[in-house]
Amino acid sequence: MTIFVLNGTERRYDGDPDMPLLWYLRDELGLTGTKFGCGVAACGACTIHLDGTAVRACQTPVSAAAGLTVTTIEGLSPDGNHPVQAAWRELNVSQCGYCQPGQIMQAAALLKETPDPSDEDIDTAMSGNLCRCGTYPRIRAAIKQAVKGVRL
Amino acid sequence: MTEHVLGIGGGLANVSRRHLLAGFGAGVFVLAVGMPATAPAPDKKFGADGMPNGWRDDPAVFISLAADGTVTVTCHRSEMGQGVRTSLAMVVADELEADWGQVRVAQAWADEERFGNQDTDGSRSLRHWFMPLRRAGAAARTMLEQAAAAQWGVPATEVRAENHAVVHAGSGRSSTYGALAKATAELPVPDRGTVRLKAPAAFRYIGKDTIGLVDNRDFTTGKAVYGMDARVEGMLFAVVARPPVYGGKVASYDAADALKVPGVVKVVSIDPPAIPSEFEPLGGIAVIARNSWAAIKGRDALKVTWEDGPNAVYSSDTYRARLSEAASKPGKAVRNEGDVERAMAGAAKRVTAEYYIPHLAQSPMEPPAALVRIVDGAAEAWACSQAPQVTRARLAKRLGLPVEKVKVNITLLGGGFGRKSKPDFVVEAGICSQAMAGAPVKLMWTREDDLHHGYYHTVSVGRLEAGLDAAGKVSAWLHRSAAPTIGSIFAPDAKHGLPFELGMGLVNLPFDIPNIRAENPEAPAHVRIGWYRAVSNIPHAFAVQSFVAELAHAAGRDPKDYLLELIGPPRLINPTKIGDVWNHGEDPERYPIDTGRLRGVIERAAQGIGWGRSLPKGSGLGIAGHYSFVSYIAVAVEAVVSEGGRITIPRVDIAIDCGPMVNPDRIRSQMEGAVIMGAGIASSAEISFKNGRAEQNNFDSYELTRMDTAPRDIRVHLLPSNDYERPLGGVGEPGLPPVAPAIANAVFAATGKRIRQLPIRDQLNS
Repeated sequence: MTIFVLNGTERRYDGDPDMPLLWYLRDELGLTGTKFGCGVAACGACTIHLDGTAVRACQTPVSAAAGLTVTTIEGLSPDGNHPVQAAWRELNVSQCGYCQPGQIMQAAALLKETPDPSDEDIDTAMSGNLCRCGTYPRIRAAIKQAVKGVRL
Repeated sequence: MTEHVLGIGGGLANVSRRHLLAGFGAGVFVLAVGMPATAPAPDKKFGADGMPNGWRDDPAVFISLAADGTVTVTCHRSEMGQGVRTSLAMVVADELEADWGQVRVAQAWADEERFGNQDTDGSRSLRHWFMPLRRAGAAARTMLEQAAAAQWGVPATEVRAENHAVVHAGSGRSSTYGALAKATAELPVPDRGTVRLKAPAAFRYIGKDTIGLVDNRDFTTGKAVYGMDARVEGMLFAVVARPPVYGGKVASYDAADALKVPGVVKVVSIDPPAIPSEFEPLGGIAVIARNSWAAIKGRDALKVTWEDGPNAVYSSDTYRARLSEAASKPGKAVRNEGDVERAMAGAAKRVTAEYYIPHLAQSPMEPPAALVRIVDGAAEAWACSQAPQVTRARLAKRLGLPVEKVKVNITLLGGGFGRKSKPDFVVEAGICSQAMAGAPVKLMWTREDDLHHGYYHTVSVGRLEAGLDAAGKVSAWLHRSAAPTIGSIFAPDAKHGLPFELGMGLVNLPFDIPNIRAENPEAPAHVRIGWYRAVSNIPHAFAVQSFVAELAHAAGRDPKDYLLELIGPPRLINPTKIGDVWNHGEDPERYPIDTGRLRGVIERAAQGIGWGRSLPKGSGLGIAGHYSFVSYIAVAVEAVVSEGGRITIPRVDIAIDCGPMVNPDRIRSQMEGAVIMGAGIASSAEISFKNGRAEQNNFDSYELTRMDTAPRDIRVHLLPSNDYERPLGGVGEPGLPPVAPAIANAVFAATGKRIRQLPIRDQLNS
């Protein structure tokens, strides 16, 4: 039995402990905001927060969440108005949108650690998150825009 | 003209579904059906007329109005990041005089009889649908005005729709759209010819930068539903082990270990297709399980012996040599003007170069995925498809069901880029559901599946030769393009490009050269070749625009000036007169190639980047311009190459003239995305084959542009056009082709090293 807190609710899991969190979230709980893109931690589409740190759900077995808190895009903010989410909308960052939950979770973790990141900080934090549509310039701009919101 | 009133509540099952999709309750009124479908056209059909099932402009098909004033616009084109759900709704809402805050967008299911063509490809959604959807919106606005005028007993000419209400200036009366919904639904749709379109000066949304994406909130909160996310009660999950070589099949398999994996429910053999395989699944062994993880583990536990077949000989290194050899000899002439041989013989200088681009995979971030269930002899699918009707037809055929018994719901697409125009993955889901007695099965492709079993962008060699006169002017031009054709997935032994491939920058080269020939040598295919964003424009633009810069260097001239001279003075070229019978499907009279517009974007991009400014050692500027999808794009790049040969791109200026614009912000975002995808093609992306097998497995080896390698400062220049009488150009694809050659030209300016093979990867390592 693995017990952890997901988006504020306690979860008890007694299936295959090796199953990546990604599939537990998506297939069993229906939390499909966490996306499958590669399965090998090479694209960041499945980025979630494990005790506040950005991790790839495709490479995190459910057992690794024991006793920890897990936050997905659905739980990032109660009303969907986290400063990063708001900045993403203001700048119309998304194209197809598929990678954006992962980008947003990665960016939110970055701003928590580094409230006013430099371009180099953004490169370092965000380069594990692929976007095939090519929204990187707007992601960078939205992170900078969100900085203002985070400081409020 | 047949007219009938649907009445309140609607008699059509799919209409009520539309409102269920939008989450509405009761009180929805549907406009009457009236306008006839696509009007008859002369023999040769162009534009939307030439597409399967043509166009519709009936407001009842696209617009519904609720008693609370909510306007629901049905988007019949697939959303894959181009913003089409927002942009098409903007067109309808503008003509309708709707308040954007009260506009919702519903997604159409696959039904071209009802909606007209739904193939979301070829950069044509707005090009083909701007006018029909304007007419639909205007017709609905006219009906609202008529309903109000009738209620007030005044002539319709005295009332005016304005911002979600109809007003009568004479009496000061006003009625909201919601209040008029019921009466409006009872009116006949006015004749197309009597509907008055808005004057462009009165546009509220079209051409303005005021509207955000309709899906913004869903995108940013994880609520957006893609094919991968489709769910129904009790669904199962499947993955397929496919033959690693195209045309291969299962020799034998042992599923005992797979069936022991907890959660695995069933293992199903899928027959191999006839070759060429068109849009059919590749065959193999499907593993169906209670969740994705069990399905993947079950597939890993399969023991399969494959029979590879003849394509096991395919290796990229030897195939490149074969293409190169084919391009070194005369091939099938596809354009021939003047006397190229004589002009070459008389040239003061001759320059030859050969360019290579490998296979590429579209690799949308969402791999192909679809959910299918079959209940009482009727199938229902949820799919991230760019080709809804084709998907419906193929699924029906494979399941042995009449097409009316197959419903295909279109989800959001997590990128498409041409991959999702092929419905093989949806058919696989259908086969699995059928094998489970109709139980819902979601079938997904892993990233490895996507790279190993794709419909790849073609591999190409372009060989160019030019003769220059004593003044350095081009007197003769010969371009040989050798690349396996998309036709090879449909026709056995297809070895030459189809007209649409040749018309992507090979035969329709708009250069002012007296002696010009284009040839298309044979190139057999050994893998599935498919559409990839901008298709054959990618290799043709790379070869041509690189070669122009090489010629400029040979002539000792500025590459931008030399390019403009080759294009020649502003003039209109009828593409059919230079051998392009395709012209992106458009009427050559309405869409001639306008060299003035091509010159215009080149000048704008050059101005933007500060062409001619001095740069430090290791930095350089490059430029390229290309006409495709009836739009004109130029890209200017500043590249910096480090001592170790690493490229960074601090600045890109991209200029587009696509005619009149509907959603400028989405044009900008498409150009930004094209620059970034093009940078990946230039620097790192490659799919190669050995013994018939793709050598790349995932994003660790198929390297795409990331935040740290993306061009840093991308400036998009939209050439203004307020003349909405002019035809629209494409946007989704044409930005891509000039990017890679502009980068290669900038690298040459920075280093003196000419890139003739993509990706650049470690070619600049000193």
